Amino acid sequence: MFITWALIQNALELGVIYAIIALALFLTYSMLNVCDLSTDGCYTLGAAVGAMVAISGHPILALFAAMGAGICSGFINAFLQTRMKVESMLAGIIVNTGLYTVNILVMGKSTLSMNDTTTIFTMMKDLLKDTPFAGAYKLVVALLFAVVIALFLLLFLGTRLGLSIRATGDNIAMVKSSSINPVLTTTVGLCIGGAMTGLAGCLLGEYQKSVDINMGTGMVTVALASLIIGETLVGKKSVAVRIIGVIFGSCLYRVIVAIALRFNLPASALKLVSAVIVAVAISMPAIKEIILLRKTKLAAMRKHKEMAVWDQEQRGGSASC
Amino acid sequence: MLKMIDVCKTFHKGTVNEKVALDHLSLTVKDGDFVTIIGSNGAGKSTTFNAICGGFFVDEGYIGLDGEDITFVPEHKRSKYIGHLFQDPMKGTAPNMTIEENLAIAYLRASKGQHAYLSRVSKKDKENFREALAQLDMGLEDRMKNPVGLLSGGQRQALTLLMATLVTPKLLLLDEHTAALDPGTADKVLSLTRRIVSERGITCMMVTHNMNQALALGNRTLMMNDGKIVLDVEGEERAGMTVNDLLAKFAQGAGSELDNDRILLSTQKTVSEQKN
Repeated sequence: MFITWALIQNALELGVIYAIIALALFLTYSMLNVCDLSTDGCYTLGAAVGAMVAISGHPILALFAAMGAGICSGFINAFLQTRMKVESMLAGIIVNTGLYTVNILVMGKSTLSMNDTTTIFTMMKDLLKDTPFAGAYKLVVALLFAVVIALFLLLFLGTRLGLSIRATGDNIAMVKSSSINPVLTTTVGLCIGGAMTGLAGCLLGEYQKSVDINMGTGMVTVALASLIIGETLVGKKSVAVRIIGVIFGSCLYRVIVAIALRFNLPASALKLVSAVIVAVAISMPAIKEIILLRKTKLAAMRKHKEMAVWDQEQRGGSASC
Repeated sequence: MLKMIDVCKTFHKGTVNEKVALDHLSLTVKDGDFVTIIGSNGAGKSTTFNAICGGFFVDEGYIGLDGEDITFVPEHKRSKYIGHLFQDPMKGTAPNMTIEENLAIAYLRASKGQHAYLSRVSKKDKENFREALAQLDMGLEDRMKNPVGLLSGGQRQALTLLMATLVTPKLLLLDEHTAALDPGTADKVLSLTRRIVSERGITCMMVTHNMNQALALGNRTLMMNDGKIVLDVEGEERAGMTVNDLLAKFAQGAGSELDNDRILLSTQKTVSEQKN
């Protein structure tokens, strides 16, 4: 069979883990309106820290350590943006560059293998040994985390702090006159985003049982592609629907990738595919506008041609008089 | 009570664009006062408001609210007890959030204690929002799940007014908040302002370019020029005053600049006044 269940299941597992990063970007990019470009490094940082702690024998602690590392990264990013007034994109790039060295320092070398390490995945495998879900233990872990995080995000965005974060991204002038401290909201938003990205990195490292220093390259584009697919699918709805949309978008993206791979597309082509998806999706409003303008212009030109003919006739008539 | 003593602010200090915006300004506003402020463009009206609400820190002087020194308190902390409405109706609300969510932000700013940041809006609060919206008489109570961006400028300004007063502020600053609205809507927002302010006895300061409005509303009128208060009338003196008196007073205070300012200070009557 061309598309097997195993293929889809694999895509879903990855999609659900990547959805956590897409949700982090949903918080920072869609809600807070900050372009957080430190995602690549933060993701690898989470994977590296998580792997080191897991290898030393603390699989649960690894998850929290990865989140803690992500929070630190998000905090530095936020500090540069708010207190030091560095442009948000530049701050992300600076943090991202610095994290490369930090990640090497954490890992001690450029790759780590976790083949014999106890991780949250192997723990779940043991737990589900004789149940019908034994074959889907990876998906169970991924779904568990994604659902918990989605619920947390949904509840959080309804609190005063969550609403303030949304308002910060929507209208900064209003925020200042509503007793909201934009420095605080930006910092909290980026820290939570960092924690989610770090956790996703940790999960993915444990999922594929290896961590590579370059595993995060291009991650921000991939996550943005998932986010944009999700947001486009559901449109401007309530936050709950949009969160579900983002998770769905991430899974859909992975399924598209899986199918593309079946067509013997080299794995290296995927980055280009992601880049094209993001570029096209973000430029969609502008493209629509151009098409609309051309249509109006064409219709007008046709009409004007008739008018010009009519005008000529009138002139001809008057000249012969 | 608001107290400003010898407040100074100079913009672009040390450059050719140096501009003294506030020049040793002193002002006391008593509780329950409704002060209207007039003055030509660049007289320092909006700068005074920004100094009070903390848009910038002043170079010199003291600003106190209810006996508390707020001179160096940051803007977001002052806005807990100072409401501020701008001329631009787009400035006071978040367009991509619903009416309900906007009100929730305004309402939750009063929540105190360690759990304040994680507090949520209850069902009962939502009912209160609905009642408050119904008072606006704009049908907004049935559109609480709509994003604010879909509302008209007048509706947004009315909503901003409601948000600024949802939790009664110690001081309400209105910076030409009806100037960008059409005459009918401006009237509606203005009468709403008058009602809310008088019902709850809110201390209020309002900038206007309309001389009639300046005398008709409130109990005290200030005129500003070059970062100074050149006229301060209340009580009987104000009651017997006409727009022409005000212009004459302005001439005394500001001297030769009257000719320019006569154009800027509109003496046109508002729609409701014409109807009467």
